[in-house]
Amino acid sequence: MSGDLLKLTAADLAERLAAGEVSSVEATQAHLDRIAAVDGDVHAFLLVDTEGALAQAAEIDRRRASGAALHRLAGVPIAVKDVVATKGLPTTAGSRLLEGWVPPYDATLVTRLRGAGLPILGKTNMDEFAMGSSTEHSAFGPSHNPWDLERTPGGSGGGSAAAVAAFEAPLAIGTDTGGSIRQPGAVTGTVGVKPTYGGVSRYGLVALASSLDQAGPVTRTVLDAALLHELIGGCDPLDSTSIDAPMPDLIGSVCNADVRGLRVGVVRELGGEGYQAGVRARFDESVGLLSDAGAEVVEVSCPHFDYALAAYYLILPSEASSNLARFDAMRYGLRILPETGPDGGVPSAEDVMRATRATGFGDEAKRRIILGTYALSSGYYDAYYGSAQKVRTLIAGDFEQAFAQADVLVSPTAPTTAFRLGEKLDDPLAMYLNDVATIPANLAGVPGLSLPSGLADEDGLPAGFQILAPATADDRLYRVGGALETMLVDRWGGLLLDHAPVLAAAREVSA
Amino acid sequence: MPETPETTGPSISRADVAHLAGLARIDLTEAELDHLAPQLSVIVESVARVREVADEDVPPTSHPLPVTNVFRDDVVRPGLSADEALAAAPSVEQQRFSVPQILGEEA
Repeated sequence: MSGDLLKLTAADLAERLAAGEVSSVEATQAHLDRIAAVDGDVHAFLLVDTEGALAQAAEIDRRRASGAALHRLAGVPIAVKDVVATKGLPTTAGSRLLEGWVPPYDATLVTRLRGAGLPILGKTNMDEFAMGSSTEHSAFGPSHNPWDLERTPGGSGGGSAAAVAAFEAPLAIGTDTGGSIRQPGAVTGTVGVKPTYGGVSRYGLVALASSLDQAGPVTRTVLDAALLHELIGGCDPLDSTSIDAPMPDLIGSVCNADVRGLRVGVVRELGGEGYQAGVRARFDESVGLLSDAGAEVVEVSCPHFDYALAAYYLILPSEASSNLARFDAMRYGLRILPETGPDGGVPSAEDVMRATRATGFGDEAKRRIILGTYALSSGYYDAYYGSAQKVRTLIAGDFEQAFAQADVLVSPTAPTTAFRLGEKLDDPLAMYLNDVATIPANLAGVPGLSLPSGLADEDGLPAGFQILAPATADDRLYRVGGALETMLVDRWGGLLLDHAPVLAAAREVSA
Repeated sequence: MPETPETTGPSISRADVAHLAGLARIDLTEAELDHLAPQLSVIVESVARVREVADEDVPPTSHPLPVTNVFRDDVVRPGLSADEALAAAPSVEQQRFSVPQILGEEA
């Protein structure tokens, strides 16, 4: 029975909850049991809130029994990336600097989750301050890919993706600054959506790069993503960059998915050299399916995408070095008191700051803060940060031209399948290349969705298919994603995740 | 800081990294400087590509979507209580954040 509950999509679980066939307490307990059984191996969670989740579940069961009108997802448990502030629940952003910090407020998206009655199972692991593509930069140890525990689940939101892929949660929240929702989705065989910039409130997110950060859904199906996206999306007066316009109909776009007559643009610059053969093969098949279903496939060129990675690794560190200056050991977070100052006297506030940041930040955070400080320093500003901002304009122009020829753009989500833990840990440039196909969307603010396209022949690991749409046209992601998912699931005879190996700890429990 | 990168080509020395870490208020150990400086050099050389296409007539973009400033009515709305705001402070004194000395001892 509890095994059945775990395999349900969020939409199906919601239906059973509404029909009274199962209670939220039962569903939440089943997922907490699953976490207890497998998370020792997967390490998707930094914190599990057993008591809080069950209390929220009991409350929603009570409200349902009293006949109250409830949100469609009421009672469906969810995992939240640890970069999102949760009142009363520690929020670390994967950093020693925030270890044990308990936010005094909820992020807007958490307020919406609580308002709709989704029990929060816990907080998921991530690269420190969302800097990374593997979760190996987490101060609390990496997460493991449920498809192969020796491999990474991607990053930075590897914890959320692994939790959903390992059936520890039907839904999760991620954040995507350069691909941190979509790339983990690709390498774990799950669905991840980065909404249009400003589509989901950033209020209460620990900021990495404010002009790039965007929160979004992490799920096993496109419909589940639409359900969660509609819940967390929409204007928020607490975020001045929030889009003040109604969201398009996302759920309806999945339910009536039809690509006949739709122009699908294959981006020439995203998919050639450096892309694994099996990833390319699955991508080409998916494009073929869309074509068979009546879409018009065209090739488009976005010549400046070749410069996106370079521009991103100037803009992101610049914004991050500024945002992370707030961690100064004064009002919250870690404070390290050196015994003396450099001159042997009483340590000053600045000495405390230096010592705290030296201890609190990991290698990657230090690399990026120093790189950003460099890019913003006088004499270098125009050459680096200024040039990167110009490239950003050129990339937005490429998108504009491409969207004149196509309704959506498509590419592989990540150039490879999941790589081995440790393989790229101390080679920053190799690590950065994982996001080469996802970064352009963040620079231009356009929405992107990744869904599984199948298993690569050479290693039997999941590959991802990325769909990009013009800003505020998030519904197109769901229209195309829904149609493609239906065709793929038809071919596979179920979700791709049904082919994932059974986790050893779970085998022992059920034996 | 050294001369403009246009004439010297991108590179970042161990001394530069130590200087930048000082600006960023991060104490780096000798071992960290040995480790980070060559990595940062490689990264800087790679990202310097942006200058190949950044012509003078291209306007910069700082924000992905056009936004204007957002104002709200000047009315009091609920915020954190003093206790809530101070709850996570490393040190508190007289309902204030207590911090190490900001000026030198002689000041």
